[in-house]
Amino acid sequence: MIGNNPWLDGILRLLVVAVAVPLSVIVLNYLERKVIGRVQNRLGPMRVGPYGTLQSVADTIKLLTKEDVRPSTADQWSFELAPYVVVVPTIVALVTVPIMPDLFIRNLGLGLFFIVAVSTVPIVGFVMAGWGSDNRYALLGAMRSAAQLISYEVPLILAVVAVAMVAHTADGGRGTLNLTEIVDGQDKVPYIFWQSLAFFIFTVAGLAELYRHPFDIPVAESEVVGGPFVEYSGMRWAMFQLGEYVSLVLISLLGALVFLGGWNWPLVNELAERNAVAGTALQAVLMLGKTSFFILFFFLMRAAMPRLRVDQLMAFSWQVLLPLSFYQIIVNGLVVVYGWPDVVLGVLSGLGLLAGSALTYRAVRKPTMVRRPRPVAARQGSEVKV
Amino acid sequence: MAVQPPERELETLDLYINVGPQHPATHGVFRMVLTVDGEVVEDCDPVIGYMHRGNEKLPENCDYRQIIGYHDRTDYLAQFNTEWTYCLAVEKLMGLEVPERAEYIRVILGELNRIASHLMFMGAFGTDVGFFGTSFMYTFRERETIQDFFEAVTGERMMYNYFRPGGVAWDVPDDFEEHARYVLDRVRTAIDDIDGIMTENEVFLARCRGLSPVTPEQAINWGFSGPMLRATGVKHDLRRAEPYSIYDRFDFEIPVGTQGDVYDRYLVRLEEMRQSIRIVDQALRQMPKNGPIMASGLKRTIRVPPGEVYARTESPRGEYGVYIVSKGGDKPWRHKVRAASFCNLSALRNMVVGNYVADAIIILGSIDIVLCEVDR
Repeated sequence: MIGNNPWLDGILRLLVVAVAVPLSVIVLNYLERKVIGRVQNRLGPMRVGPYGTLQSVADTIKLLTKEDVRPSTADQWSFELAPYVVVVPTIVALVTVPIMPDLFIRNLGLGLFFIVAVSTVPIVGFVMAGWGSDNRYALLGAMRSAAQLISYEVPLILAVVAVAMVAHTADGGRGTLNLTEIVDGQDKVPYIFWQSLAFFIFTVAGLAELYRHPFDIPVAESEVVGGPFVEYSGMRWAMFQLGEYVSLVLISLLGALVFLGGWNWPLVNELAERNAVAGTALQAVLMLGKTSFFILFFFLMRAAMPRLRVDQLMAFSWQVLLPLSFYQIIVNGLVVVYGWPDVVLGVLSGLGLLAGSALTYRAVRKPTMVRRPRPVAARQGSEVKV
Repeated sequence: MAVQPPERELETLDLYINVGPQHPATHGVFRMVLTVDGEVVEDCDPVIGYMHRGNEKLPENCDYRQIIGYHDRTDYLAQFNTEWTYCLAVEKLMGLEVPERAEYIRVILGELNRIASHLMFMGAFGTDVGFFGTSFMYTFRERETIQDFFEAVTGERMMYNYFRPGGVAWDVPDDFEEHARYVLDRVRTAIDDIDGIMTENEVFLARCRGLSPVTPEQAINWGFSGPMLRATGVKHDLRRAEPYSIYDRFDFEIPVGTQGDVYDRYLVRLEEMRQSIRIVDQALRQMPKNGPIMASGLKRTIRVPPGEVYARTESPRGEYGVYIVSKGGDKPWRHKVRAASFCNLSALRNMVVGNYVADAIIILGSIDIVLCEVDR
C-alpha cells in the first residue's frame, strides 16, 4: 500500500493505469506498424521523429482535433455512446490484473471471473455502433461481431476456467480464481505444460476476441469496409482504436499470467533469495517478455493470414474449440477429484491438442465439398434496385 | 368450432447493399447491388458504365497511329497486349510484314506485361481474401521492376504507346537483354514468394476451394476466355489455338484447372506467370541482335485499303479482340473492341447468387476485371 490512506493508495494506482494505458496504446500502434512493415518488405513509418517514433503521437493529435461527424440519419444516443461502452469495460477490466507482485489496483479474490465478466460488455457497444450508424455495412459488421464474440467468448472462458480448476493454491489445494495465486502456483512449472490444449484454445479464441486475422470478419476492410466503425471519425474512432489495443494488452497479460507463469517462472525465486533487487528486475523482464510474446504473435498473425468466412468461423468455434474445451474441463475434473498428479494432466491435454490439430488439419486439407452455384432465374425487367 | 390463430412468422426484410462504385473491393468503379438475406446473397445486380469514355467511338475520328493510345487506355494493366491486338488488326488489313526483331520485342514486352498484370491480380486478390496488404506488397515490389524495365524501353510507366502498325516505335536500349534477365530473376522470386504465402495457406484453401465452380459447358456458354475458361479445364489459349505473331516458335505449356473454382483460377494464373517467364527466356535467346524494327515502305500517314478485319490475341484476362471496318482513307469507319473481362463479368450474377457476401467479393476478385476495359 502506498501511504497509509487506502483512498490515496487507490487513486494513485488508478492514475498510474490511466496514464499508462493511452501511452502503451501509442507505443503499440507504432510497433504494430513497424512489425507489419518489416514483414511486408517496407520500413513502416519513418518520417515523423527519429525512425518515425512520433508518428503515432502525430496521428493521435490529428484524431483528437478532427471534427466529430455524426450522420444526420444516425441514432444520436446509441451512436455517441457506443465508443464509451466499448472502451470503459476494457479499461475497467485492467483494475484487477496484477502486472507485478505489488503492481495492481486491487487484487480481487474472484479476479479472473471479474475480468471475464467485464470484458464481454463491449459486444453491446459494437452492436450499438452498428445499429446507430444507420449504415448497412455497419449493421452487417455489428451482426457479425455479435455472433463472433458470443461464440468465441465461450471457449475463451472455458480455457481460463480449466486452468483455474487445477491451479495450485498456497494451502496445497487446487482451484482458485485469484490471479496472484494462479501465478504463485507456477513457480516450478507454468501451466502451459499441464494445459497445452487450454493454451491453444485461449490463443485462438483470443485472436477472435480481438478481431485479429484470420478472424477480423466484423471489421473486414474488403467486405464491410471497417464494419461498425465505418461512420466514425476523429475522437470517437480513436476511442474504438483505444479499446482495441487495450483489450489486446488485456488478453496478452491474461495469457502471460495464466499460462506462461507470469513474473514467477523461471528461476525468479532462486535469484530473489540471493539478491532481491535482481529478482524484481527479472520479474519485470519476464512479465514484459511474456506479454510481448503474445502481442507480437497477434501482430504477425495480422501480417501473415487471410480471413475466414463467417460460417467457417462459427463452425470452428462450435465444432472444434468448444468440444475440445469440454474435453479439457472433463479431464481436469477427473484429475482434481481423484487427485492424480500434474503429469497426467499434461499428457491428456497434450493428446487432446494433438488430436484436435490433426482433425483440423485433415478438415482443411481434404478436398472440400464442391458447391455448385444454384440455377439463377432470369430476372424480370432490368430496373436497378437501390 | 375453435378458430386456429393465424400462424405468425417473424417478419424479415431483405437488405440491399450497394457494393461500390466506391468500395475497396470492387477494383475500380464497379457497382454490385446485392440483395442479402443475413449473410447470404439472394440477388446480385451488376451496374457498369461509370468508366465509359467512348474508347470505341473516339478512334473513328483519329488516324491509325493516333488510335494506339486509346488501346492503352482500355486495359490499363495489359497495355502492350491491347496495342498489339490493334496493330495486328491493322497489319492484317494492310498485309504488312513485321520484321523479325520487332516481333521478338513484342513477344518479350507482351509476356512481361502478362506477368505484371497477373502480379497485380495476385496482390488485389490476396487483399480480397483478407491479407492485410502483405500480398500487395510482395507482388508490387517486383511489378515495380517490370515497370522500370518498360520505362527504360518506352519512356512511360503506364500508357506505353510503343507498338506501331508494322513494328515498334523505336529500337530498344542497348542493355535490353541484361535488364530483361534481371527482371526475370526478380520475378521468379516474387512468384515463389506469392506461392509460399498463398497457395498452401490453410485459410486461403478454406476460402477458395470449391467456391463457385463453373463447368466447361457453362464457361463456353457464358463466353468465358482466358484463365477463367482454362480454370474449368478447357485447354484453349489463342497463343496455341491460332498462333499469332511468332508464338509457334516457343515451347510452353497451357495450364488448365479441374474444378473451375476460384482456387483453380488462381492456380492457373500462377502457373501462367511461370510459363511466361519460359517464353521470355526463349525469346531473349532467339532474338536477332540487329535488324530493322519497322516494316519498310510506310508513309507518314497510314492509309488502309477498304475491308474489314477481326484480330484477337490472348491478353492476361482472355480474348482481346479488335474489329475494324475500313472504307479506305486514314481513319477507320468502324472500330469495335471485344473486351475479355466484360464477357467474364457477365456471368457474375450466376456465380454469386447463393453464396455468402464475403464470397461474392472473392468471386468478383477472381474474375480479374479491369473496369476501363469493361466500360471502354
